[in-house]
Amino acid sequence: MKYFPLTDSDREEIRKLLGIKETSELFSDIPGDKSYYPTDDLPSAVPENELIDGFKAIARRNTFPGYKSFLGGGAYNHFTPEVVKYLSTKGEFLTPYTPYQPEVSQGSLQAMFEYQTMMTMLTGMDVSNASLYDGGTAAAEGVLLALRKARKKNTILIAKNLHPEYIEIIETYMRDLVEYKSKYVDFDPKTGTINPDELEKIVCDDCAGFIFQSPNFLGVAENSKRISEILHAKNAFSIQTITEAMSLPFMTAPGENGVDIVVGEAQSFGLPLGYGGPYLGFMAVKEDFIRQMPGRLVGETRDIDGKRGYVLTLSTREQHIKREKATSNICSNEAWCALRAGMYLATMGKAGLRQISKTNHLNAAYFVKEVSTFKHVGVKYIRNFFNEVVLEVKNMSIDEFTGKLEKKGILAGIPLKWFFKELESAVLINFTELHKKEDIDCLIRAIGELQ
Amino acid sequence: MNKLPELIFNISKEGKVGYSFSPVPATFTDDMIALDGEYRRNDMEDFPQLSEVEVVRHYTQLAQLNHSVDSGFYPLGSCTMKYNPKVNDTVASLDELSCHPYAPISTVQGNLEIMKTLDEWLCKITGMGGFTLAPAAGAHGEFTGMKIIRKHLSDKGDPRKIVLIPDSAHGTNPASAHFSGYEIKEIPSNPDGILDVETLEKYLTPDVAALMMTNPNTLGIFEKNISKIAEKLHANGSLLYMDGANMNAFMGIVKPGDLGVDVLHLNLHKTFSTPHGGGGPGSGPVGVAAHLVQHLPVPVITKTNDGYHAAYFNKGIGRVKNFYGNFLVMVRALAYIMALGKENIRKVAEDAVLNANYIRKNLEDVLNLQYSSKTLHEVVFSDKGLNVKTLDIAKRLLDFGIHPFTVYFPLIVHGAMMIEPTETESRETLDEFISVMRAILKEAQEDPEKLTSAPHNTPVRRLDEVLAARQLVLRWKKTEEK
Ligand SMILES: Cc1ncc(COP(=O)(O)O)c(C=O)c1O
Repeated sequence: MKYFPLTDSDREEIRKLLGIKETSELFSDIPGDKSYYPTDDLPSAVPENELIDGFKAIARRNTFPGYKSFLGGGAYNHFTPEVVKYLSTKGEFLTPYTPYQPEVSQGSLQAMFEYQTMMTMLTGMDVSNASLYDGGTAAAEGVLLALRKARKKNTILIAKNLHPEYIEIIETYMRDLVEYKSKYVDFDPKTGTINPDELEKIVCDDCAGFIFQSPNFLGVAENSKRISEILHAKNAFSIQTITEAMSLPFMTAPGENGVDIVVGEAQSFGLPLGYGGPYLGFMAVKEDFIRQMPGRLVGETRDIDGKRGYVLTLSTREQHIKREKATSNICSNEAWCALRAGMYLATMGKAGLRQISKTNHLNAAYFVKEVSTFKHVGVKYIRNFFNEVVLEVKNMSIDEFTGKLEKKGILAGIPLKWFFKELESAVLINFTELHKKEDIDCLIRAIGELQ
Repeated sequence: MNKLPELIFNISKEGKVGYSFSPVPATFTDDMIALDGEYRRNDMEDFPQLSEVEVVRHYTQLAQLNHSVDSGFYPLGSCTMKYNPKVNDTVASLDELSCHPYAPISTVQGNLEIMKTLDEWLCKITGMGGFTLAPAAGAHGEFTGMKIIRKHLSDKGDPRKIVLIPDSAHGTNPASAHFSGYEIKEIPSNPDGILDVETLEKYLTPDVAALMMTNPNTLGIFEKNISKIAEKLHANGSLLYMDGANMNAFMGIVKPGDLGVDVLHLNLHKTFSTPHGGGGPGSGPVGVAAHLVQHLPVPVITKTNDGYHAAYFNKGIGRVKNFYGNFLVMVRALAYIMALGKENIRKVAEDAVLNANYIRKNLEDVLNLQYSSKTLHEVVFSDKGLNVKTLDIAKRLLDFGIHPFTVYFPLIVHGAMMIEPTETESRETLDEFISVMRAILKEAQEDPEKLTSAPHNTPVRRLDEVLAARQLVLRWKKTEEK
């Protein structure tokens, strides 16, 4: 077996050196009646060529690649330059671990420092950490961060138009921390957004913060600025979630709107759809949250010769030092995904990100404009979206609608009834730069034929 | 190498372009923009602008500054830095696997089959009743597992208060239990480095929800009282959680399910060879005994006559992760297990343990072994009796192109040097490591300064971590004169 470099004579010599006859003697602490069980119920070893063929055969059982997909909702299909694929899969980046020995890890560390910097530029915040598991867990960590920082306040407000899975994850994380409470804030179904005046009435004295998403799950931008002002007036924190990081180059930076904590998903920066993972949770905060922040941080320093270098820093926040008093239990995170996102951002650069994000928006805007003449369907929120829109279907059920389009080779969007009772006959449709005008025209035509 | 690559921000120049992509269709004009001015971004002032070749050189130069499994020996204990087979990356990058997580279930049957197959294999290897593949890493698995325990106990009427954790445990254990709402009580190991039944009994109050036990533990020693411990816990209505990060030490030799374990997590990025990525992504599947399957987080993959499905259990703990977890990591792990097959799965543990014992045997005359119990996959030496510290030896190893062992962990060993060679190292590599270690220890006698001032040949020398924490510089900023 090619993964084992020891030869039989190596094994024999090692056993001799150790004074044993059988390797099994090394396992004699394990109860004899339980060890060396028969492994016959496991399949046989597969040679490399057959392994590749086998996986290709399984992969062909996915019919998804044959469809034109307009699915988004927290996972987006964007263009990744070839250099990003090439560079990120270098063994020197893929096969080390956490840079515990900075002298031989400057590559990962500097790349991470650059990633942190680019994320602060995009979000307009002071500091970014080196990654969290994904958008949903980042949202949960953001909530816990606000609660820790607010100290005596124990309640978190949660926007109902935050990604439903993120809400579920926040609930799971909060459920057993009995000292904390959560309350929901409804959105206005007419605008798809949080009504700041309503929010103002709800923010209470024991509110540590409010977590909302912008663009929200229905694709619409929230008034982060007003929201943040309202929260600050009550000494509560503004926590903005972003599931579509590609909106950042096109839309006002959260930092400019006064947001305190930005969390979200940066899969859009060079990571494949990958059936949902691994993705890239991110967190960027204002300076005074640093010491309460979860996750790894890379900082600049000097070596004993005065040369610039990078290290993991503020590890006194972390589990290996603080154990149960740590700011999070996170250890392995999504370092490689962050590294790859950094490569993506560096390659696309200022001009590329602006062009791509604008294309996303214009593709969605084109669709909205074109379907506005249809009577049987209607876009629910016709302004202030980024690249996702809600389409209401008036002449048939949503299952019938998506089913008919599926037959034409189109996955038109995510049925919102999965998540919202009040949006029973609507789908969430996503457009990225990878949709050509013909693709969008094809979708429009297919919808038109369902009149 | 004397000069480190400049930061990309310093090589950026207005007007450089590193990408190429279809332009916006000419008919899509700016008046179509449907975003009000207040929501629109005006500039990204200092954002980098580089040409493609500059990006390639920048990251290639950075890559050359990294030590990795692909470039050399990496015996970082507890982290299982085994070789990451390349074919696994090949299959994980098949375009057809990269589907949208909300694609209709009928269009992603291949992916569900991959997850279900991995789940079944893991059940067979561990003897557990069911798995969730959702957790993103080991610590996330611990958190998920503790939630399951809490849910099980709560449903019976009382979640209880305390989780017992041996003093040799990894830091994530107490942190994960804490974030699941538990108080932690640390429990001492005995002079053999394992947990006694008698000690456990002293701590086993009616308030105890579970014991979190790493097996083999972080000293590389099998917790041989585990079955007895499980019995005691169960008699008290408590559960046994096993941190299975070190499962590579007895994969194919014994099933934790046969030892009385109720809940465990595995690290696919350790035992199952998926690349560590410089600190993730990982995957930390959680296996549970049959009666706890109902509490697994959503979604759970099931199989019926008409294909695979994603099920949502309402007695579960809810959701811990977006979508299905780190799918492309699971693909690699499945490819690894398939390549091993029943013929080789046990050899992983056997060769890993042979290698660790080979190192022990060849260094135990020059290094202090605080616990002399049988070594499984890793051996932990102490710096007791040496005139230099563990850190100095570690830094000196860097000069020889060898990545140091894990240092100062577990905490119960003075100046711990935790060495885990894994099964994917040749005898020649081990011999070289051993001779370098012996040479360094000799050097410590003759010229300790050589160690305390090490490393000497690395791209940077010892870095000032205190300075980094005191004068926080966590991002590049434009300097005034530029
Ligand atoms: C024994 C043990 N438990 C838990 C963990 C945590 O795993 P992860 O880093 O994947 O969260 C590790 C590794 O770091 C470990 O060695």
